[in-house]
Amino acid sequence: MPSQTEIFQKVSATLVDALNVEPDEITPASTLQGDLKAESIDFLDIVFRLEREFGIKIPRNELFPESIFQGDPEFVQNGKVTQKGLDELRQKMPFADLSKFEKNPEVSAISDLFTVDMITKYIAGKLNGAPAR
Amino acid sequence: MRWIWIDRFVKFEPRKSARALKNLSLAEDYFEQHLPGYPIMPACFILEGLAQTGGILVGEANDFKEKVVLAKITSARFEREAVAGEVLIYDTEMVTLRPEGASIAGKVYAFPAGSDIPGELSAPPMAEAEIFFAHLDQSRSQQIFGDHNFVFSGELKHLLGLAKVTAQRTDSAKQ
Repeated sequence: MPSQTEIFQKVSATLVDALNVEPDEITPASTLQGDLKAESIDFLDIVFRLEREFGIKIPRNELFPESIFQGDPEFVQNGKVTQKGLDELRQKMPFADLSKFEKNPEVSAISDLFTVDMITKYIAGKLNGAPAR
Repeated sequence: MRWIWIDRFVKFEPRKSARALKNLSLAEDYFEQHLPGYPIMPACFILEGLAQTGGILVGEANDFKEKVVLAKITSARFEREAVAGEVLIYDTEMVTLRPEGASIAGKVYAFPAGSDIPGELSAPPMAEAEIFFAHLDQSRSQQIFGDHNFVFSGELKHLLGLAKVTAQRTDSAKQ
């Protein structure tokens, strides 16, 4: 079982290849879309590469869920994620760090949950055999 | 202008690899402008030929039922130019094949026209690229485009048909 640091290094190398960024641009806190300028199609490419790199299967919508709330008013009200929505996020993305997001849960900030650290935690969980959700 | 950037397939292993050939003739339109007095093939056309070779490899894997679109060229490296009078070999290998899409690793080799092209390509490639294809979402593209597969409409598939004929001829010549 590789250490968290080893996983981070491999994830980092994967992102260098997929997004054409410099290694020193990548930190655990880097957001994929904001900091590393990933576009929607890059997410699929990243999933393919992680599967190859770590020899794991990543089911569709598990690491990067698409349209999590689909405009459901129970989950989103006035542009903010409701408590029920936060619970849903926690359940769907247990590997994401919601501590900062839940203080001001603007829907538009959901993409900031997709960080390098989130991928690292997801992979660690997978390698541990823990169910991802 | 016909948007076909390969002349024929020379090898095709379903779901694994495909190799196609492209003759560069000075009669091709683009050489007049690119560049005047110095006819080199634009790098983007080389990538298009490589993507067509790999795209057919990806399309064939699902019997051309998926709409395969070029989603991104993750990396591309060119070591030298390709000039009129050369033959390009597009060599592609399937790296990932999934329901959502596929990626291929491609290499381009250049030979002088008329030279013997070895079956094993050991010379350094003139260009290398990694190409990522997406399968258009089945239900969504059905709504927009109907059943018609606009990607593999005719000419591209026809090329593969020619490849099969070539393969059969090669097999019967061996017997």
